[in-house]
Amino acid sequence: MEIYLDNSATTRVYDSVVELMTDMMKREFGNPSSLHRKGSQAESYVRYAKQTIAKNLKVNEKEIFFTSGGTESDNLALMGAAFANARAGKHLITTCIEHPAILQTMEHLQELGYEVTYLPVNSMGQILLQDLENALRTDTILVSIMHTNNEIGSLQPLEEAAASVKRYNPNIVVHTDAVQGYGKYRIYPKKMNLDMVSVSGHKIHGPKGVGFLYVNEKIKIRPILYGGGQQRGLRSGTENVPGIAGLGRAVEEIYHNLDQDVEGIFYLKQRFLSGIQTIPDCKINGYLDERSAPHIASVSFRGIRSEVLLHALEDKGIYVSAGSACSSHKPTVSATLKAIGVEPDLLQSTLRFSFSVFTTVEEIDYTLQSLYDIIPMLRRYTRH
Amino acid sequence: MLPAFLIKYAEIGVKGKNRYLFEDALVQQMKYALKRCEGEFAIRKTPGRIYLDALTECDFDEVVENLQTVFGISGICPMIYVEDEGFEKLKETVVKYVRDTYPDRNKTFKIMARRARKNYPLDTMELNASLGEAVLDAFPEMTVDVHNPDIYLYVEIREKIYLYSEIIPGPGGMPVGTNGKAMLLLSGGIDSPVAGYMISKRGVKIDAVYFHAPPYTSDRAKQKVIDLARQVSKYSGPIYLHIINFTDIQLAIYEKCPHEELTIIMRRYMMKIAETIAKETECLGLITGESIGQVASQTMHSLYATNEVCTIPVYRPCIGLDKQEIVEISEKIHTYETSILPFEDCCTIFVAKHPVTKPNLEYIKRHEENLKDVIDGLMETALSTRETIVVRCEDSV
Repeated sequence: MEIYLDNSATTRVYDSVVELMTDMMKREFGNPSSLHRKGSQAESYVRYAKQTIAKNLKVNEKEIFFTSGGTESDNLALMGAAFANARAGKHLITTCIEHPAILQTMEHLQELGYEVTYLPVNSMGQILLQDLENALRTDTILVSIMHTNNEIGSLQPLEEAAASVKRYNPNIVVHTDAVQGYGKYRIYPKKMNLDMVSVSGHKIHGPKGVGFLYVNEKIKIRPILYGGGQQRGLRSGTENVPGIAGLGRAVEEIYHNLDQDVEGIFYLKQRFLSGIQTIPDCKINGYLDERSAPHIASVSFRGIRSEVLLHALEDKGIYVSAGSACSSHKPTVSATLKAIGVEPDLLQSTLRFSFSVFTTVEEIDYTLQSLYDIIPMLRRYTRH
Repeated sequence: MLPAFLIKYAEIGVKGKNRYLFEDALVQQMKYALKRCEGEFAIRKTPGRIYLDALTECDFDEVVENLQTVFGISGICPMIYVEDEGFEKLKETVVKYVRDTYPDRNKTFKIMARRARKNYPLDTMELNASLGEAVLDAFPEMTVDVHNPDIYLYVEIREKIYLYSEIIPGPGGMPVGTNGKAMLLLSGGIDSPVAGYMISKRGVKIDAVYFHAPPYTSDRAKQKVIDLARQVSKYSGPIYLHIINFTDIQLAIYEKCPHEELTIIMRRYMMKIAETIAKETECLGLITGESIGQVASQTMHSLYATNEVCTIPVYRPCIGLDKQEIVEISEKIHTYETSILPFEDCCTIFVAKHPVTKPNLEYIKRHEENLKDVIDGLMETALSTRETIVVRCEDSV
């Protein structure tokens, strides 16, 4: 038996996506930039995917740029906007629980002379609007706030945050990393005052190595890759045609029955968490209700090393993620867990369970039963 | 012209009547190393010399790099050889060789002639003088320095005439397979692969044992050990790697013995298991990466306590090395990058906060008594359920 509860790391690809992509790699191998028919046929797939996504976000087609995934989208958004708007100022704002694709890019920008304010979060992993308002300055050019946290699933008050940024100065560019939120929530950038949105394909049952960045046509942005000038010069490089087509199909599929699917996933999470609450000495990180993403559950198990529990679950065919990658020599502790004030003892004892539309009630129950069996056994050998 | 090499070996030259065994082993190991190189090769043995000829085009650097993993080779000399067509022809050949090999000839040189064929019309002194003169005539920018020349130009008169001037150092040591076999206790750390390399260098074949502790150690930790074994096998030849599931033994020790003594007791059982497999597989000793005082379990007292269970010799080639010295060797043999990958190994998961550094053997033995009802069964299970895989350097990852 194989139970995959690591859907925040990556997801199983929809069969329809696999079929479409296989077919395309065999037949539609043309280069969209080629002038002949083979090229224009390939281009039509790219355009179709673009239309699908634009419609889904209620934005203009030409505001969608395909990338190699979430990391590239984040890099392009931050560096592209920071470089293009440097004359207006060099101050950037983000949160301290962002994905490394944001945090490391911000660090790089700091080396290049930009100044970055990192907003703190409360114990539930949310920023306070007041903190954001206090951080805004006349030389602020960019605010990047993640939609859904990847480790504990906390949602940010994104719409309110964006509104208050725009109230302060409408020229400040607002970006969100929606890699974990897209496909679980409807995201309408125009309505929500978001100028840029990063999305990755493989978190929504699409292929790896592809994603997109929505960029409001009104904002200034510069490319970070140079070359043949594809995608209106913002993202050079021959388009990953099968990947893009697969991404488009995944968007169609995941939003097809979104409300029902999300309700189902949220039910599984609640069932899982109420089962967890019967285990002594466990702490659930983040909100239990709708203020947290429907597909992510973060649990700390006192006295058990996350990696050990992870491997014990793996033995039973259950795949989860350790909240922090740890090792005997260099324990690297999760910045998010630290930021929400998880006690030091629990930092290395936290697992993330993340669900998808493919997860079943039986799988949840089997996982709970496995935890009931394993945990008392592992607690006998607590490291001291 | 296809590359050819003269292979120099040091120690095996002096092994008397056993010499052919050593030479055969060296040829065998060279073949193993050359499997990793593109092209076809022939190895010729003549008294006192081994020659390697490329039969097809090959990558010179790749050949040298792989020959440098063959213990027993002290030097690798790229050379050319020509038929003996008279002394005038030889002079031309030598001049051409110098022209081709040294584009920058502002150098001092010395001819090192040698006659294995004593009926050659010129003797060694005459050869040196005449060939030196020929080179000087051809290249006025070169000068002779008989004491400390930039270039030693070797001219060997045998059934053919050999020319070489560059000696690329080999790894030294003795060919693997000339000195029995030993069992290496391989963890995922820096030291044990180095220990295996060092003993193998003395001609010893190597098998290895790894203690796996799922779920406390992961499949990636196991893969890391396999990768390390593969890297060592470049030098040592194929390694039989025995993977022992150690979890139950470790948990039993954890439950029944004082936690400060965990590591020592654990290591004693590891040694016992390794020795059992060693005896089954005709290994004549154990090899560990221990270095005095490096950690609590490697103090003199701890080594005394660990060693006490062993009845066959335990070789600890890193024993007197500092960590930095071990790291340098591991970098040289390219195990370092793999060794420092951060996966838990079985020695690090159940470490006490304050392990004993001066274990008392009597106490240890008394505490091991607590295990007497279960340990024999656990050891038997661990041995009988072991997984054995053959690791060869040419295996793809």
